[in-house]
Amino acid sequence: MRRSLRLLGLGWLFHMKMLSQSWFNMLLELVWPVFFATVAFFMFRAGDDPKPLLYASLGAAAMGIWSTTSTAAGNSLARERWHGTLELLVAAPASFPLVLLPTTIAMASIGVYGMAATLLWGWLVFGIELTIASPLAFALAIPATVLSIGALGFLLAIAFVRFRQAWALGNMLEYPVWLISGFLVPLALFPGWVWPLSWALAPTWGVDAIREAALGGSAWTEICLALGLGGLYVAVGVLLVRRALEAARSKATLALS
Amino acid sequence: MNSVRVFFIGGLTSYRALFGWLSPWVFVPSLLVAPIFQILLFVYIGRSAQLESDEFYVIGNAIQYAAVPCLFAMTHLVAGERFQQTLGYILITPAKRLPLFVGRALPVVTNGFFVSAFALLVGGAVVGIDVPTSAWAPIALAAAVSAFACTGLGLVTAGLGLVVRETSVLANIIFGLLLVFSGSNVPIEHLPRWMQVVSAGIPFTHGIAAVRGLADGDGLADAWGLIGTEALIGVVYGTIGYALIRGAEFLGRRHATLDRA
Repeated sequence: MRRSLRLLGLGWLFHMKMLSQSWFNMLLELVWPVFFATVAFFMFRAGDDPKPLLYASLGAAAMGIWSTTSTAAGNSLARERWHGTLELLVAAPASFPLVLLPTTIAMASIGVYGMAATLLWGWLVFGIELTIASPLAFALAIPATVLSIGALGFLLAIAFVRFRQAWALGNMLEYPVWLISGFLVPLALFPGWVWPLSWALAPTWGVDAIREAALGGSAWTEICLALGLGGLYVAVGVLLVRRALEAARSKATLALS
Repeated sequence: MNSVRVFFIGGLTSYRALFGWLSPWVFVPSLLVAPIFQILLFVYIGRSAQLESDEFYVIGNAIQYAAVPCLFAMTHLVAGERFQQTLGYILITPAKRLPLFVGRALPVVTNGFFVSAFALLVGGAVVGIDVPTSAWAPIALAAAVSAFACTGLGLVTAGLGLVVRETSVLANIIFGLLLVFSGSNVPIEHLPRWMQVVSAGIPFTHGIAAVRGLADGDGLADAWGLIGTEALIGVVYGTIGYALIRGAEFLGRRHATLDRA
């Protein structure tokens, strides 16, 4: 247990350092959600109902966590394959899911920079003041969201393992998850058949938790649901990765897809 | 005759060889599915903000999404040669540079137009907008000119791509700026004055305005001014981009840095 936690912690730290190496890439992580937030702020400010500016600010801030994860996580195994390190990671005595999970959690963690940048941008340029009703719940809602989105990224990474162009599939999911997880739009606006899909997505509960904590509601149920769904994604991912690795070993197709 | 061959055959071959976008695993998710969801995202934000009609966002995002094929393709078709280590071979050929580089732009414009048209048709059908049949031909013209203008900007990023390493990041940032400034989702009059000035000088602003006018019943004669301005913007950016590429080639030869950035 201790060794597993150490592997998760060091893996997370190692990947955070790697992902932070390119300042140009970091710049994109900072400004990408800001572009969408800016458009949303202008739209809400010009619209007939200007009250949801803080609502939009919190949602737009959390968008960065998903956008740093979707494409990169989808592509994470393909990237190891290109680097020629996938076989080494699979052959290592450490459990492969414990090697992969901190990678996708680190990707989601990088999104916190974008989150801070978006909130700062909203305050400095649009005058959206962030008042946090429940600081403790807010402080816990952010890591819960990061962990649950990282877990979703883990599941995507494994689901796309057989696709050579997995980055394109991950990239394709950026808008749909932003849309149906209610980052900027209340779920009530969607048709009823969309709601179960939204509820099955951990980002829905993560962004809800962040909003509830900031705006004065109770965020604890949402935090638990986000973490619970994240745990479920990890469990499904572990089962899938075992099957995928068994198939790859028996057919000698680990490096090929 | 050789220049014409370089223009058409060279452009098409480089496009197919370097991008591999004919692979449906990249083309379908990136260029057919993603624009539909960008449209839906902004349609729903628009409904929540109670700002404009669905048609406003369908048109704005369908035309603006051409930025993805136009910017990324154009940048990679030139700067990507360095990554493939073929830039030096291309630049030692006696082929004239204008057909060599501008020829690469032709399939990009066509692809950008196709992506916009698909997003407009499918996004419009999903959301349920009503555009008169008589407006489709002039809308197609405005969409094609918008794709041309953005490809001109793509030539600029291609030129910059010869001196910076992170070309994908550069293209993403320009895509984001176009999303904010082009009026695709926010009516230009709601932007601050300085942003309106910037809007007037970038691709898509006039093209989107032209398409919105045509969809609302304007005739082609009413939209000519906007379409012409959009085309002029494309020519200006294309010229700047071509000059940047030639400048980067000159510097690369002089300092032996062609394959370095």
